[in-house]
Amino acid sequence: MKKKGEISAEEKYYIASQWQLMWRKFRKHKLAVVGGGILTIFYILAIFCEFFSPYDIYKRYPDYIYMPPQRIRFFDGKGVFRLRPYVYGIKQETDPITWETKFTEDKTNKYPIYFFVHGDEYKLWNLFPTDIHLFGVEKPGTIFLFGTEDMGRDLFSRNLYAARISLSVGLVGVALIFIIGIILGGISGYYGGVSDMIIQRVIEFLISIPTIPLWMALAAALPKDWPMIKVYFGITVILSLVGWGGLARVVRGKLLELREEDFAMAAKISGANEGRVITRHLLPSFLSYLIVSLTLSIPGMILGETALSFLGLGLRPPAVSWGVLLHKAQNIRTVALYPWLFFPALFVIITVLAFNFLGDGLRDAADPYK
Amino acid sequence: MLSYLIRRFVYMFIILWVLSVVSFTIIQLPPGDFLSSYVIRLARSGQAVDRAQLASLRKRYGLDLPIYAQYFKWMWNMLHGDLGRSFQLNKPVSKLIAERLPVTIILSLFTLVFIYAVAIPIGIYSATHQYSVGDYTSTVVGFVGLATPNFLLALILMFLFFEYFDLSVGGLFSPEYIWAPWSIGKFIDMLKHLPIPIIVIGTAGTAGLIRVMRGCLLDELRKQYVITARAKGVEERTLLFKYPVRMAINPIVSTIGWMLPAIFSGETITAIVLSLPTTGPLLFSALMAEDMFLAASILMILGFLTVIGTFLSDILLIWIDPRIRYEKRG
Repeated sequence: MKKKGEISAEEKYYIASQWQLMWRKFRKHKLAVVGGGILTIFYILAIFCEFFSPYDIYKRYPDYIYMPPQRIRFFDGKGVFRLRPYVYGIKQETDPITWETKFTEDKTNKYPIYFFVHGDEYKLWNLFPTDIHLFGVEKPGTIFLFGTEDMGRDLFSRNLYAARISLSVGLVGVALIFIIGIILGGISGYYGGVSDMIIQRVIEFLISIPTIPLWMALAAALPKDWPMIKVYFGITVILSLVGWGGLARVVRGKLLELREEDFAMAAKISGANEGRVITRHLLPSFLSYLIVSLTLSIPGMILGETALSFLGLGLRPPAVSWGVLLHKAQNIRTVALYPWLFFPALFVIITVLAFNFLGDGLRDAADPYK
Repeated sequence: MLSYLIRRFVYMFIILWVLSVVSFTIIQLPPGDFLSSYVIRLARSGQAVDRAQLASLRKRYGLDLPIYAQYFKWMWNMLHGDLGRSFQLNKPVSKLIAERLPVTIILSLFTLVFIYAVAIPIGIYSATHQYSVGDYTSTVVGFVGLATPNFLLALILMFLFFEYFDLSVGGLFSPEYIWAPWSIGKFIDMLKHLPIPIIVIGTAGTAGLIRVMRGCLLDELRKQYVITARAKGVEERTLLFKYPVRMAINPIVSTIGWMLPAIFSGETITAIVLSLPTTGPLLFSALMAEDMFLAASILMILGFLTVIGTFLSDILLIWIDPRIRYEKRG
């Protein structure tokens, strides 16, 4: 028997708001949920990268240059499971003939992994000085999960810091695209006429030029002596200046469709000015489309930054982004010897995939006719 | 029809002109020019800079003129087939580009053919065998292909070939042909090196197109005329290729317009990674050295090619789809 005041599942469906309905449909899209989950984890890692990374990203370990990734072990030498994982110490030998440095695990030295340990000092978000890291091992043990690079710096930490820059480029860029796209698309769709004509021609023009050469030319125009933060915003502005066309078109198309609707007319008759009609009545009715379009344009921005930094035209060291890290993987012989330099590529691909799946799921969820 | 073509043609010329202005402006953006950075480099290495010589160089390259005058001079010379001189390589820009542009065009055309030749059959298969193993495989491969940027794919392929076949896949010619003049032998040699760059540049486009083709064909297959035809006993294969596939191909042809910028874009970065003798690496080095005439010319020509390509694809679309009429709109 149904208790009083309780709402049945069917009733819930009918009283659900538009957003609740979308959330329901979204949850059915398994890949999109997985994509969303992965992105949430990545963004959390990126936001607290100082805490999650075991080492300071600029600290060099001259004894461990190009060291391969260390393995975390859960089973001890006798095959018994240990609750506290550990890593082996590392011995290095130089091959007497090739002069190659070889790293081997020193099975006599075990370094258990401890959590919330004191390590290199850092300031979280440049505000809170502390030295607590999520995990670490006691000295002289090391824990280089992704190995080290040519200067003996920990690549796991560097990848996490890089995630902060690479992932935020997408968000900041999309925010800019959102502003430019809404303003120009809004003018174009709502007012029409000459301004519409000009804006449409500009969009067509932008779409007809190959993006990478254009990005390259614009990025090369950034002064070489700019500080890191300025270059970062410069690159983001370039990416969004080239990329706002798609969103502006969506906004224009939707506005053209909606401005003829009765509710828009009603708002106008009630004395709302045009800005209010657009922002309060028209925009919210296709906000979901905008969110989908924005989600799908984030990976393009991330790839753009990665490509430019990879070429050496975008961010430059000491800044770390996935593209900057990949810059060192340009030489194929280096990569063949030290394949762990490729880890950032894996992150880029997973991130872009996750955004695509998420965007697909959101699109299906936002479409009321599906 | 004719009036549409003329309008489209005039419009194309306006875009080409805007393109030249934009390319020139972008290249002027960085502070200083090639000569000033050249002077800095000379000064760093402790060499004296001859002011008189510098002034004459400035005059020779027209750098003493105001920017708009430089643009008009460039434009004027361009109309006479002279794109200026490259500072860095000290050769006429037109010659440098002429060396590399054919390879760029060949590579792009082959890639375009590759994309359509691979995407359309797979798209048809995916749509007619919806939710089969093959469909799922192509969907997964397609998604990964879309998510992997060109340059990473190039690196990964280079790495795999190097690691497992001990092959270096960079370049487009065998050593003996690199400096040789064009000949049948050189062309065949190039064809042998083409597959990897084509796969690298074409994967993303192919992946996207498979999705479009599959979606369009699925929409068509659900329509009633298909059921009618089937009920009348038209053979499945004839039915498929005669009606729904022809309908589904239209949106594919209209995508050439945005396919071309993507191909040139991918070609540029892939060529830099794989060190192919196309315009990509030339643009890169020109940008790095602030070699403005060279960089602006390449940027402009790449834009030209896409605009002209889009124009041609629009005409092709009218020819393929008799329903499209442009004389009267709305």
